[in-house]
Amino acid sequence: MRDFTLFIPEYLAVGAAVAILAVELIWPRIRKDYLAYATAAGALGWLIAAIPYIGDSAGDFEGVLLTDDFTTYFRILAAGIVMAIALLSAHYMRNRTTTAGEYYGLLLVAGTGMVLMAASRELLTAYISLELLSFSLYILVGYLKRDRLSNEASLKYILLGAFSSAMLLYGISLIYGVTGTTSYEGIAEALDARAGGTDPAVVVGIMLIVAGVGFKVSAAPFHMWAPDAYQGAPLPITAFLSTASKAAGFALILRLFTGALVVDAVEWRAAIAALAAITMTAGNLIAIQQTNLKRLVAYSSIGQVGYMLVAIAAIGYGNVDTAASASSALLLHIVGYTASTLALFAALTAHYNRTGDDSIAGLRGLAETQPFLALVITASLFSFAGLPFFAGFATKLLLFQASTSNGLLWLVGLAAANSFVSLYYYLMVMRQMYLFDPPEGQTRFRPAPLLGALAGLLLLGVLFIGIYPQPVFEATDRAASALIEVSAWGLVPLP
Amino acid sequence: MDEAQGYVLVTALALPLLAAGVLLFVPGTQKMTARYFSAVIGAILLGLSVYVFLAYQASGDPLQMQLRWPWIENVGFLAENGISLHLGVDGISALLTLLTGVVAFAGTLIAWKLEYRAKDFFILFWILIAGVYGTFFSLDLFFFFFFYELAVVPLYLLIGIWGSTRKEYGAMKLTLMLVGGSVGIWIGIFAVVHQAGAGSFDLPTLWAAGQDGTITPDMQKIIFPFFVVGCGVLAGLWPLHTWSPDGHMSAPTSVSMVHAGVLMKLGAFGIIRLGIQLLPDGAEFWMPALLVLGTIGALYGAIAALTQRDFKLISGYSSVSHMGYVLIGLATLHEVGVSGAALQMFSHGVMTALVFLLIGALYDQAHTRDLSDFGGVAKVMPLWVIAYVMAGLANVGLPGLSGFTAEFHIFVGAFRTYPVFGGLAILAAAIAAAYMLRMFGVVFFGPLNPRWKELKDLSPLETVSAALLILSMLAMGLWWSPFTDRLANTVTSLPGVIS
Repeated sequence: MRDFTLFIPEYLAVGAAVAILAVELIWPRIRKDYLAYATAAGALGWLIAAIPYIGDSAGDFEGVLLTDDFTTYFRILAAGIVMAIALLSAHYMRNRTTTAGEYYGLLLVAGTGMVLMAASRELLTAYISLELLSFSLYILVGYLKRDRLSNEASLKYILLGAFSSAMLLYGISLIYGVTGTTSYEGIAEALDARAGGTDPAVVVGIMLIVAGVGFKVSAAPFHMWAPDAYQGAPLPITAFLSTASKAAGFALILRLFTGALVVDAVEWRAAIAALAAITMTAGNLIAIQQTNLKRLVAYSSIGQVGYMLVAIAAIGYGNVDTAASASSALLLHIVGYTASTLALFAALTAHYNRTGDDSIAGLRGLAETQPFLALVITASLFSFAGLPFFAGFATKLLLFQASTSNGLLWLVGLAAANSFVSLYYYLMVMRQMYLFDPPEGQTRFRPAPLLGALAGLLLLGVLFIGIYPQPVFEATDRAASALIEVSAWGLVPLP
Repeated sequence: MDEAQGYVLVTALALPLLAAGVLLFVPGTQKMTARYFSAVIGAILLGLSVYVFLAYQASGDPLQMQLRWPWIENVGFLAENGISLHLGVDGISALLTLLTGVVAFAGTLIAWKLEYRAKDFFILFWILIAGVYGTFFSLDLFFFFFFYELAVVPLYLLIGIWGSTRKEYGAMKLTLMLVGGSVGIWIGIFAVVHQAGAGSFDLPTLWAAGQDGTITPDMQKIIFPFFVVGCGVLAGLWPLHTWSPDGHMSAPTSVSMVHAGVLMKLGAFGIIRLGIQLLPDGAEFWMPALLVLGTIGALYGAIAALTQRDFKLISGYSSVSHMGYVLIGLATLHEVGVSGAALQMFSHGVMTALVFLLIGALYDQAHTRDLSDFGGVAKVMPLWVIAYVMAGLANVGLPGLSGFTAEFHIFVGAFRTYPVFGGLAILAAAIAAAYMLRMFGVVFFGPLNPRWKELKDLSPLETVSAALLILSMLAMGLWWSPFTDRLANTVTSLPGVIS
């Protein structure tokens, strides 16, 4: 049924994007931080508009898009991320560009792409939504057009992104060739109806899809673009890349793998498990040698993607109950990771706005000059490492526990060992802040009130999820059960 | 009554955390405020700890003062009571709670002298103490691990910022080894909770699953080493002890006190909670190996201490040796031996805290810890020497002091089960006498080095702190039945322990 009311929140988001573009066209000399506040207000409206959809019965748009609790969950997440990133950018972009309308407009569009990725129940729609997000990001990464690093980052990202899109499309066409349909339901039924045995076309198709989405979430060995893109992009966009684009990737993966491909789990689960193992190990080991903060975060986020892939592998190895609990824990982990990353970037942006230095050594003595920012950075890094009181401890433990099965104990063990490796390089950052005195001439400063408040708020979120995750966990549980309801387990009974 | 007492545990757990939270908002310049505030908190915690120990009933259900607050349940894979803040003490943790109260209070008084970023020090110190209490109280695996990690992490900054000799190296080595060890615990937790299949982290539920074979004996044999290696690193298990001497050498005085006094006990306590209680079949299978490692540790630590010239290294290796006794006691799986291990944890805790206190008092004035620099110190620092002699004699197990009570139990337990290892353990005690007496001779007596004429004796705060620790040593040494009575019931209830 064509129910156009299903996407009212997204109309708001896109409407706000157009309005912001128009405002700058009409009034080019507007202070650029006003545009940031307008974007944040738009995102807030988007978030509020999404709230009535919580718990609402699933709305199906022509079998192509589905608004259920899973979609709503990513709606709220996307709106929240866009709001935070807009506020992060206010001061940063004002100092660096003369036109910011496109920047803020594209931010909203990218967020919309993320929601559509979560809502898609059909391969081509999923692909187009993915490209909506990616194209917005290509431009956003290269937004600082006088900055050579930013240009280089954008070019690399476009070239490799186009390459991965081609692979994804090729995979989609192979699956279409075998099953004769692109809808997830149809694929599940067609794969189930096959006579059995391994079909090379299906295996190749699935592997190409895995590689394609692997690129988007920067899973190793498809991660090469990430460090350069992270380093060259404007700082708030780096934050956006490491939160929204990953969350969206996993939204798509969850829908696709539970909805269609789980029927042929034997064909891909070992590959996903291997991908998880390689991704977390490579990300964490390469992160050790980084001297630039953005690159460090890039590799550390690659490590995080490895942990998240563990849950996808668990879905492949498990039954419907494992799938429900693993996806629920994964969604919880994504919230915790997003809050920690945004808190980290709020603090880093405040620091960068003052010093213009994004090397790790640039944080030297921050505990003396700005103890609050040092505290926020420490909290988010500890959250990544999975230390108690911070989100990462609870969410990672629950994620790995939910993913544990006898066959996957090795992978979970490897993930725990990787968390330990990551602690080393987080400690190297902390060391700069706490163990050394600030360089000559650096005195105590106050962070911008907006960024300080944002960092404080996000820090509270990180602590809340770390100490008492029950309410958030209940929400992700609802999202996960909505996901499982339309999964292939519901359509075709699996062994 | 039981639940009301549970609130005492909640208070003892929440108070240090609240203290850390409050201190966060005290301006860094208000050093005296931070000190008085911390001393008051320390005193209240000492009172609560004494209460927990005294109120613990020697008879009846070994798990007492239980309190359960649902935390996360009925979501994801978690069933009813999936993760709950389930607190309670048994005889062993009641004793260790007392130890924590004593050492934490003594440590607070010693940290009084600290000038550099005093407030920040106390914040981290109280987080660490909260972690220690939490580990002893937790009857839920999630929170057990939560607090266990919480106790380890602040050490990096505590040593890295306020430490001395090679502090960055010591801090990094210690943190990485301890957190590396906890990876083993983490993996063990995944396997155990999955195998038990109850969707719950509640320890009594998991213990039941371990004892009735829901966690299969084969699986237990695989998981046990993960837990023991993980906890063993913190307990100073040979050959994973190498962080200990380096860490102690770098750590500031009050951190050394808490660290050697209490934190290393968390490791041994973890072996009881996660090894013996959770995986009885695994424990039975692996305990001989632990016995061998414990004995090597006891001998190796003693011999290494014999050759050291730095006060702190001597105590660091002596700690490795004494924790070796604890492991021997646990590995006997004999009623007397396991009781002895628990007694030794207390005894070594107060004794080693006293030793580090005294080393700190000397080092702050002399700025050297080399034995050969000293001589005739007894002439200028009589109180200091008396206290050190007490600690040293407790260390070698002189009757009347706590070391005797503890080691006697361990030796009896070892002789009843593995006589050869009992003999080796006694040999280690003899070597301990040698390194202690050597140090006494070199440092305390002989001609006074004129360089040290100006040394001052213990300050009033140090005296109070030392007196508290000496009192604890004497209490256990002279009248041990309150200690052993409280342990007996718990120890016999441990699965696999013979009497």
